[in-house]
Amino acid sequence: MSHGFLSPTGVEVTFLLVGVVTLGAAVVSVTTRQLVHAALWLVVALGGLAVEYLLLTAEFIAWVQVLIYVGSVVVLLLFGLMLTRAPIGRSPDADSGNRGVALGVAVAAAVALVWLVVDAFRTTWIELDGASAGTTEVTGESLFRHWVLPFEALSVLLLAALVGAIVLSRKRNADVDAASSGKAGAARPAGPSTRTAAGAKAAGRAAAGRAAARPGEQGAADAASGDAGRRAEGGER
Amino acid sequence: MTDALDVTLRLLAVFAAFLVLPLVVGQTEHKVMAHMQGRLGPMYAGGFHGWAQLVADGVKFAQKEDVVPAGADRRVFQLAPAVALLPYLLVLLVIPLGPGDAVGQAIDAGVFFALAVMGVGVLGSLMAGWASANKYSLLGGLRTAAQLLAYELPMLLAAASVAMAAGTVSLTGIAGAFEWWWLPWQIVGAVVFFVAGLAELQRPPFDMPVADSEIIFGAYTEYTGLRFAFFLLAEYAGIVVLCGLTTVLFLGGWHGPFGGDGLGWFWTLLKTAALAFVVIWLRVTYPRLREDQLQKLSWTFLVPLALAQIALTGVVKVVIP
Repeated sequence: MSHGFLSPTGVEVTFLLVGVVTLGAAVVSVTTRQLVHAALWLVVALGGLAVEYLLLTAEFIAWVQVLIYVGSVVVLLLFGLMLTRAPIGRSPDADSGNRGVALGVAVAAAVALVWLVVDAFRTTWIELDGASAGTTEVTGESLFRHWVLPFEALSVLLLAALVGAIVLSRKRNADVDAASSGKAGAARPAGPSTRTAAGAKAAGRAAAGRAAARPGEQGAADAASGDAGRRAEGGER
Repeated sequence: MTDALDVTLRLLAVFAAFLVLPLVVGQTEHKVMAHMQGRLGPMYAGGFHGWAQLVADGVKFAQKEDVVPAGADRRVFQLAPAVALLPYLLVLLVIPLGPGDAVGQAIDAGVFFALAVMGVGVLGSLMAGWASANKYSLLGGLRTAAQLLAYELPMLLAAASVAMAAGTVSLTGIAGAFEWWWLPWQIVGAVVFFVAGLAELQRPPFDMPVADSEIIFGAYTEYTGLRFAFFLLAEYAGIVVLCGLTTVLFLGGWHGPFGGDGLGWFWTLLKTAALAFVVIWLRVTYPRLREDQLQKLSWTFLVPLALAQIALTGVVKVVIP
């Protein structure tokens, strides 16, 4: 069977069309001035990518793409947007001074990837009519027979990222507590997040020491601690 | 030619099931809730015990004005009900009713497909919550997102456990490999899956995102007419899909005490109906969980349980090959 670019089959035409839609959605999602629309266009782009996987018979990868990216990552993005700022309509300040740099990085990454893929798969063709090359069984076998080590290394990397995220979030809370209790002996949470037990104990000790030393200045200290709490909260943002 | 006819017939059958089963569940909910609360429920529409109440409700919804709030994002607001409803139609396509090819469309990675597409349905609620330009809607959307993020993980882990047990991720394959002793073996996974699914559907006691005593009706507050009806239909279709999936994954699908494969469809439907009854029962029985209790239940209880189930499945798989 001959392969050529001049007599495309139906699947190839579909592949190209879906690719154009995906690219368009991706471009819109980085150029639109409406924050939530950007996230929703991202859904279209990621979904288009899943369709491309399907057309290449990589069924398992396609469903995982939908599950992880559309079902979880975009939901997380939308959650973050709604939690912080999600105005309806245009956001005039939704622009970055790093436009040029971002464009440069994007083009460089795209060139590197295209070069890599073209160089690696120069004359490889997928037979769409034969046995499927991307079923769960085939994917699982190649993953756990030939690529076990990279797979495990990746999982360790992800675990490290997970632990790192937890450490970062806990450390910051403790710092804020220590700062607020050190300044004015505030025995109240400084910030929207819950305090760690250690921070609460330290604050309690500081408050007790202050009450014993200067019983007359309780009111003033309370006012000051409120102020410090607000300042700490502002600093956290 | 026969292929095209076959596909068309299958699609029509699935579509008919998609239109009928959610309504049956809805009417059952009316009646079961009424009797559990010592009242009659709707009794007039259609004559016999008010069987046509949901049809009458549908006609009422169709007659209502379709309002889009002035400050809303029109296109997203109008698109949201479709995004919420369509995924359940797609999932219904892959749930097998009986052995062999008694399924709308057999998919190799059926479990992944079903769970992935179910997750997409929640995007509809998020879009509705944001686009309504209403703070209660936005709060509802936020709670929906937080709930999905918390409960997606235990649901996937529980499904992974049963896929490990069967050695396949095809829904037909999993139900086909079922033995009766899987029931005690996978019972923890089944409970985790069902509870997480309830939370993903925002059914009571996990209906914090639509808590009417606090945030009116969450993401759906601003909706009227047919679009609102679509959200309600999506909830009932979700019940059908969740109960069907639980049946196929954990309760053996078409396997029954007698009748062989010929009666397979009956056993599948019976188990699904029994689970749907439990869903309704829970709504009448349990009070709503608070937001922090919701999160705690998932992260400190369901996720460890699901992981323990996976470990148990692995051990048993190795010991009894």
